[in-house]
Amino acid sequence: MSMLRVENLNMSFGGVHAVENMSFSVIPGTIHSIIGPNGAGKTTLFNLITGVYSPSSGRVFFNDRDITNIPTFELAKYGISRTFQNLQIFFNMSAVENVMVGNHLKTDSRFLPALFGLSSIKRGERECRERAEQIMCDVGLEKFIGSDADSMPYGALKWLEIARALASEPAVLLLDEPAAGLNPSETSEIDDLIKRVAEKGITVILVEHDMKLVMGVSDHILVLDSGRKLAEGTAEEIRKNPDVIEAYLGHRRRAR
Amino acid sequence: MNALSKPETGGILSLALVIAILPAFLPNSFYFDVVILVGINAIVCVGLNLLIGYTGQISLGHAGFFGLGAYFSGILVSIHGWPPLVALIAGAVFVGVLAYILARPVMKLRGHYLAMGTLGMGIVISIVLNQEGDLTGGPDGMPVDAFSVFGWEPGNELTWYWMVGGLLLIAVWLALNLINSPVGRALRAVHGSEVAASVAGVDVARYKSLVFVVSAVFASVAGSLFAHYSGFLTPSEADFFHSIELVTMVVLGGMASVFGAVVGAAVLTLLPQLLTVFHDYEMLVFGAAMMITMIFMRRGLVPTLQSAFNRWRK
Ligand SMILES: Nc1ncnc2c1ncn2[C@@H]1O[C@H](COP(=O)(O)OP(=O)(O)OP(=O)(O)O)[C@@H](O)[C@H]1O
Ligand SMILES: [Mg+2]
Repeated sequence: MSMLRVENLNMSFGGVHAVENMSFSVIPGTIHSIIGPNGAGKTTLFNLITGVYSPSSGRVFFNDRDITNIPTFELAKYGISRTFQNLQIFFNMSAVENVMVGNHLKTDSRFLPALFGLSSIKRGERECRERAEQIMCDVGLEKFIGSDADSMPYGALKWLEIARALASEPAVLLLDEPAAGLNPSETSEIDDLIKRVAEKGITVILVEHDMKLVMGVSDHILVLDSGRKLAEGTAEEIRKNPDVIEAYLGHRRRAR
Repeated sequence: MNALSKPETGGILSLALVIAILPAFLPNSFYFDVVILVGINAIVCVGLNLLIGYTGQISLGHAGFFGLGAYFSGILVSIHGWPPLVALIAGAVFVGVLAYILARPVMKLRGHYLAMGTLGMGIVISIVLNQEGDLTGGPDGMPVDAFSVFGWEPGNELTWYWMVGGLLLIAVWLALNLINSPVGRALRAVHGSEVAASVAGVDVARYKSLVFVVSAVFASVAGSLFAHYSGFLTPSEADFFHSIELVTMVVLGGMASVFGAVVGAAVLTLLPQLLTVFHDYEMLVFGAAMMITMIFMRRGLVPTLQSAFNRWRK
């Protein structure tokens, strides 16, 4: 059974085919990586799955339900969460509040009780804050619990995005280049975190350029090139695949 | 500083204290008059700040909602003999519904387009008030009967003062409640990143509509109060300049600061009134205030002073 299934997905911007005839499926509880050179269409694929873009054609299924044109905020209810390659932090809030937003669907967001400051709302807020602080501790952000988001270093912000995504208790978590811009020791912490997340039963879809990270954690790897699927398989299969070596690693060799 | 929402209880108590002791320092009815106008403007600004400061959406047409509330009261009470309180509530409901209908198309706009859309909205309202002479008296204006609730009338300036002061406190209390709730957090998330907010399950369009309606209703209620207090209305209450005044108050006082809105309203209502030299140059004062804020303290008076104070304490 697949948790997430993409069928014949197409997306073009003007003349650019960012995603072309893409089909794949993700098995629940696994770590599924998507790799490919710059501009291969990885982020676009994330945007299509999470409803940020509507595909030109094709379908996306989540637990066999068609979610193709469901708006992003509705998808959160299905348990789909993600982080962003270009950070999307709420810089007008504190770090904890960022994480609390992640918990939005489980909070009481009725207007009138909020307006009149009912004690149930205040109680809910305390619990929500405690949970958020707990999540920040879990991902190693405890020293930023009292910080404003706009005073945090870049690396910590990447963790903050993950913490916010985890706060929604997702069934599937899409991570777009979580290790980009991090140093090797931070990257190995990301490695640990991804494994811990997967152990909790959360399905992870990972877009990442760091091959060591990808090869180490992935149950399954999908290779894209110019919007198309180039190869698919386990880390071992991908490593040996001649097309991948040529297209993907070849780029690098030529670039040198 | 964002992290500490506790000082707000202190803030509302301080505001109550200021309102309570201020009459002792007001020598005559001229000063009461000015302070009552501060209170009315502050109510509008507290609502408008929810939209501009917290949710990050501009409106250059909120004087339109103020004017509609004012005329609703004026017409229903003075021409149709409705009880003022009922007219005030009816006006607020009408403006709320109108804002809700306008919100879907208008709040879809972003940045400059939103500014132009709300500007146009305000201008249309102001034209209607000017043109519907039979109802509104047109550019000549219309007189409005005194306010009363169950036969009680706030006869003099001092009773008006307590009434407006009380309502301002309620407005601030409601705004603070909202901000410190999941709803308020969702509004601020929309300001921070619409896409990240939607990923977290926030229905961005719905929250934008909601805050637009709330801020319009605040303006409408303040407009109704103003109508009865001043006893006379002209369409200029709804015009573009008034909208700009309101936005300037919010920006000067401090975006995303409920007390900033109150302080901004106070400063910019008092300045032209007290420094009578400025009176003829009201536009200039507002323009200068806006520029100085934008250049020297982008976040506005209250947040800037607050962080300076926090730094000093450390
Ligand atoms: N909003 C957009 N408008 C126009 N073109 C776009 C848009 N988003 C992506 N593209 C184009 O689609 C292609 C795929 O981009 P995408 O961002 O999905 O690549 P990527 O695999 O995530 O690359 P990277 O590794 O650099 O993040 C690129 O050619 C890009 O220029
Ligand atoms: Mg990308």
